[in-house]
Amino acid sequence: MTTLDQPTATAPTPVTSGDRPVRRELGVANALSHGFLLLWGLLTVLPLLWMFISSFKTNGEILADPWGLPGALHLDNWARAWTGAHIGRYFVNSLVVVTGSVSLTMLMGATAAYVFARYEFRGRQVVYYLFVGGLMFPVFLALVPLFFVVRNAGLFNTWLGLILVYAAYSLPFTVFFLTAFFRTLPTSVAEAALVDGCGHFRLFFRVMLPMARPGLISVAIFNFLSHWNQFLLPQVLLQGDESKWMLAQGLFALSVSQGYAGDYARLFAGLSIAVLPVLAVYVAFQRQVQAGLTAGQLK
Amino acid sequence: MKHGKWPLIVTFLVPPVLLYVFFVVSPYLQAFQISTTDWLGYSADANPVGLANFKALWHDDYVWNALKNNVILLALVPVLTIVLGLFFATMLAMGGRKGSAGVTGVRGGALYRTVYFFPQVLSVVIIALLWKEVYHPNQGLLTSAAHAVGLPAPTWLGDPATAFWCVLAVMVWSNVGFYVVLFGAAMSAVPKEIYEAVLLDGASRFTTLRRVTLPLLWDTVQVAWVYLAIFALDGFILVQLMTNGGPNFSTDVIGVRMYDTAFGSETKFGYASAIGVVMFFLTLSVAVLSLRIGRRERIEYS
Repeated sequence: MTTLDQPTATAPTPVTSGDRPVRRELGVANALSHGFLLLWGLLTVLPLLWMFISSFKTNGEILADPWGLPGALHLDNWARAWTGAHIGRYFVNSLVVVTGSVSLTMLMGATAAYVFARYEFRGRQVVYYLFVGGLMFPVFLALVPLFFVVRNAGLFNTWLGLILVYAAYSLPFTVFFLTAFFRTLPTSVAEAALVDGCGHFRLFFRVMLPMARPGLISVAIFNFLSHWNQFLLPQVLLQGDESKWMLAQGLFALSVSQGYAGDYARLFAGLSIAVLPVLAVYVAFQRQVQAGLTAGQLK
Repeated sequence: MKHGKWPLIVTFLVPPVLLYVFFVVSPYLQAFQISTTDWLGYSADANPVGLANFKALWHDDYVWNALKNNVILLALVPVLTIVLGLFFATMLAMGGRKGSAGVTGVRGGALYRTVYFFPQVLSVVIIALLWKEVYHPNQGLLTSAAHAVGLPAPTWLGDPATAFWCVLAVMVWSNVGFYVVLFGAAMSAVPKEIYEAVLLDGASRFTTLRRVTLPLLWDTVQVAWVYLAIFALDGFILVQLMTNGGPNFSTDVIGVRMYDTAFGSETKFGYASAIGVVMFFLTLSVAVLSLRIGRRERIEYS
């Protein structure tokens, strides 16, 4: 990326009279494209940067000069958000639920996908399409009955309920992606293991799962982000007890209460706390995130 | 492979199938049934009323208003997002033009892609709440920017004339980066030799884009179209958190209508499910239509 493309020594560079205007066109176009690219980059970054910077300002500074830098780093905003607005608690709640739901999704998704990819049996196609069909339907339609299904199962206002629902709604994509992935793994290894007397269960856990690791990681990150960012499902299924809320609900409540309290710095700190882990995961796993999301949203 | 496979198939398949049928399949099926009742939520009695809910929907001006907004979103969000996405992806892929291949990526392209994509990983809640502050009529980023350059600033989300466009802008803002990456990936799959040949023929950058890159990318653009159309029919969380459909229903969308009907002041579950059923068929027809209209001959390399 950093080195310029030098014409190789063997290929002589053609020197023609047309070379000059082409080069000038290049210069203008390059400047133009960099200009536009930079502009959109700024548009993307500015609101986020503004949020981070504002989270260190006092409310007075935010009101007086929205564009200015903080006079000093007011870390107390973060403390107020973390403990005062309970963002810390919601953060931990979300972590617990998402850990549970992603684990469950991966376990169930991987086992189901493995069976679809590797075993022949009657009705396989039907069950597979039953799963993958779920990719096409908007969650909206299911919302009202889902509320009652969860309530009648005694899971309303519980984390277990959320974990099971997150996992169930993530199965279509997880199964779809992993079935395709397990199909690409070489059959020869599996056959060799079976000939050596390895059982079907051992084969899965000792041979196939480790081989499928790259695919599993992509899907796990995809599921982590979508569960972490979930808002609609907790809003409907976890309405009561505030102490059990997910991070998104807590942020929404903070935004509403900020309107009365005028504590903008606390809201910005709360938002920043919510953005940081996502930013960290994104920066660490950029490639997988981009690959997983582009594969995930465009079934 | 035959011996002892059934215990594995049963233990591996039954739990996920049960979970899925219980929480996903059964609610969808019930939704269709509930939509034909007059169920008012928490009470036990739900009387079958046939298609009465759908008839009432037909005469519900609030629903039509919300639908109108969804249609405008449907017409504008995909176009704007795809045009911007294609534009930036092209800039990134072909901004530089040197070397034997004739076209190279712009320097720092990886960094641009990283930054552009970031909104896509953010929770919609965060995007909504952040932009609500950006649009804040007193100390918002936009208002103060307008004041700084001496322009009068509207009250953005507080004004029925501007609120809808402000929400629409956020929808485009949060999606463009994703499509830059998606189109970029598709562009890099186009063999370099094609560009080399086109360059030798003396084609300009614009001609190259219009005549070569776009046709080769058509499949990807079409998929993007379907996904964005589905997104535009939803838009629920952004609208609910930023404006809650207001002011004066100027930003209302079908999703908000349905949520309000089901979980708002009244719990008209039967009516809400009817809205859900309509949304389901709308989404389905939009997806099928855009696939039909966009169908062209598939181009394969090699």
